[in-house]
Amino acid sequence: MKKTLTTVMFRGTKAQEEQLDAVIAKLKGTPGALMPVLQQAQEIYGYLPVEVQRMIALKMDVSIEEVYGVSTFYSQFVLNPKGEVAIAVCLGTACYVKGSGDILDKITQILGLPAGSTTPDGKYSLEATRCIGACGLAPVLTINNEVYGRLVPADMEGILAKYK
Amino acid sequence: MIRSHVLICGGTGCTSSKSVEIKNAMEAEILANGLAEEVKVVMTGCFGLCALGPIMIIYPEGTFYSNVTVADAAEIVSEHLLKGRPVERLVYHEQKADVHHATSLSETAFYKKQKRVALRNCGVINPEEIDEYIAMDGYQALGKVLTEMTPDDVIQTILDSGLRGRGGGGFPTGLKWKFASGNRGNVVKYIGCNADEGDPGAFMDRSILEGDPHAVLEAMAIAGYAIGAEEGYIYVRAEYPIAIHRLEIAIKQAREYGLLGKDIFGTGFNFDIHLRFGAGAFVCGEETALMTSIEGNRGEPRPRPPFPAVKGLFGQPTILNNVETYANIPQIILKGVDWFRSMGTEKSKGTKVFALGGKIVNTGLVEVPMGTTLREVVEEIGGGIPNGKKFKAAQTGGPSGGCIPASLIDTPIDYDNLIAIGSMMGSGGLIVMDEDTCMVDLARFFLEFTVDESCGKCTPCRIGTKRLLEILDKIIAGNGELEDLDRLEELSNYIKSASLCGLGQTAPNPVLSTLRYFRDEYVAHIVDKKCPAGVCKSLLQFKIDQDKCIGCGMCAKNCPADAISRTDYIAPGHKLASFAIDTAKCVKCGACMEKCKPHAIYKD
Repeated sequence: MKKTLTTVMFRGTKAQEEQLDAVIAKLKGTPGALMPVLQQAQEIYGYLPVEVQRMIALKMDVSIEEVYGVSTFYSQFVLNPKGEVAIAVCLGTACYVKGSGDILDKITQILGLPAGSTTPDGKYSLEATRCIGACGLAPVLTINNEVYGRLVPADMEGILAKYK
Repeated sequence: MIRSHVLICGGTGCTSSKSVEIKNAMEAEILANGLAEEVKVVMTGCFGLCALGPIMIIYPEGTFYSNVTVADAAEIVSEHLLKGRPVERLVYHEQKADVHHATSLSETAFYKKQKRVALRNCGVINPEEIDEYIAMDGYQALGKVLTEMTPDDVIQTILDSGLRGRGGGGFPTGLKWKFASGNRGNVVKYIGCNADEGDPGAFMDRSILEGDPHAVLEAMAIAGYAIGAEEGYIYVRAEYPIAIHRLEIAIKQAREYGLLGKDIFGTGFNFDIHLRFGAGAFVCGEETALMTSIEGNRGEPRPRPPFPAVKGLFGQPTILNNVETYANIPQIILKGVDWFRSMGTEKSKGTKVFALGGKIVNTGLVEVPMGTTLREVVEEIGGGIPNGKKFKAAQTGGPSGGCIPASLIDTPIDYDNLIAIGSMMGSGGLIVMDEDTCMVDLARFFLEFTVDESCGKCTPCRIGTKRLLEILDKIIAGNGELEDLDRLEELSNYIKSASLCGLGQTAPNPVLSTLRYFRDEYVAHIVDKKCPAGVCKSLLQFKIDQDKCIGCGMCAKNCPADAISRTDYIAPGHKLASFAIDTAKCVKCGACMEKCKPHAIYKD
């Protein structure tokens, strides 16, 4: 999965760093700790900018290359911050055969935003996700934590209008 | 005294349509009506009929309510629970077939042919209460194993049962255990549970973990006793928050009850379980990649041998089974080998859970004895294809499997039959397709997935799948040549035979099986430059039926490319001149078709 580094400025706080320190202190030394540390770091910061990865590498005594290797391998780790309105369209098989590709195209058309990117003002982000498991509602998308199901492209204008 | 139980589905599907809010509303209404002492609301695992969610079942009557909303709570409480009158408009239509009495759920078409073994507690018990699992004979199998059986007895029982891995390959589970059983007590060993369900459109394992987590914990402890391991790891997708939450609760409760931890049942046997979260890499479903990932690295596979049974997690002997495989184990121990062998076909015993999805009425989770035909699953249990369309094919095994065409719909489903027809069981995703699905586009969809998910370690998979995708893209764009079909086949066979792990070895299957059964569709794309299903945009043109067009101009107004203009032609009986699309300018977005009131625009 291709990943690009973000251009958005890092705004980590001291409090966040303290949380991260606590996580590392707890997990350091257990076998295979890097993945859980990265997962919890993403919980704390919302994404994994290179600044955070560097902190983890230093504090866990592993190379930044190793941290970067792991963070870019797994699709769950995001290097770009999500938008205020984070839209995720499911492209799992069940959704795909029911037309979620058209839903994604429609959103791109409305917002002028290709999948996998965030608008420069940080307002919207759009991603195509793997199966989220709500196949009974196919095709499905989520906006922040709200789930919208059984969609047709014509629904999109109305749904997006709620998040203006 | 509790007189009624209200069961509400707490699976991911129903939770997405607000079943937690419905539960809260029901409890508030029950309290307000003074029924708190008489009615108990239980949040269960998945009932299976996800298409009709959110689902609520009220016992003892067994009334099945579908598509329930928060607003219905007051009426259900005041009518059904207070006055004893079911709320007719919400009752599942199959139950209403006979006006005089509600059909029992097990008699409805969706449930009649199912046999619930791995799913037996899903939708029955509250997965967050260990006592409810124990009341369903939970942890009895572990007790029996620890007090009455030797580790070798346990392995022999699993061998004799004929249980095969439910995660994809179908390897005999007992044999796997046997390979890892040597040198008990002298070597550190591990038990792994593969809950990294990456196959898009499959949600069997998630539903078991959400609905019956203790069954998996119990089975892992049994496996630990059998091979002599004291630690287990469950590798579960981080995208499954509800499953993770319930597993955490289950592990905590099992530890409190002394069913995990030190000296279980006072027998001196120690076993504990850790959770590890996958981070969305399909390749981690492969056993060696999964273990590399638990070790904290990039989840890349490694060559076998050495097999995990010899050298697995952290370099120690390890067995790794899938969630559904584990869910069968306690019942095999309790009910016996003969009971288990009475279900299924000669070489595939027991049942299999399938996640039905795609173009089918009853989307959801079903469990059927091995050997049930695809027709029974699709037409009877699944309720057929919606909108009167025709069944075209079903995909099993996800991106690693193949399609089963309509001509083979009567094939009994088991491991060996599926491989013989060019597909595979896989983990159990079953996606149904109708005549509107383009098989070339479908093959492309799966390849795009594998190209994305290939870990990059070995060349045949990393580069080979990319080349396959490029050829398919060329065909879909209308630039294909007939020789491309031979190239696809040749390259596919190289990738299959030369890739390091299961991902690459099976990645060409969707291409090979669509080529085998739907070659004419490929030829139509290449020779006629047409997509028969009307999916591939480069090969279709939007046209306006000039005699249907009323000349309103909505299409032209909504066209982003200014490709639509008025003609001089006025159709008989119409007042305004009709419109036409300039195919050279058209970007094929479909906006015009969506806005056209008289449906005069069509794809050709």
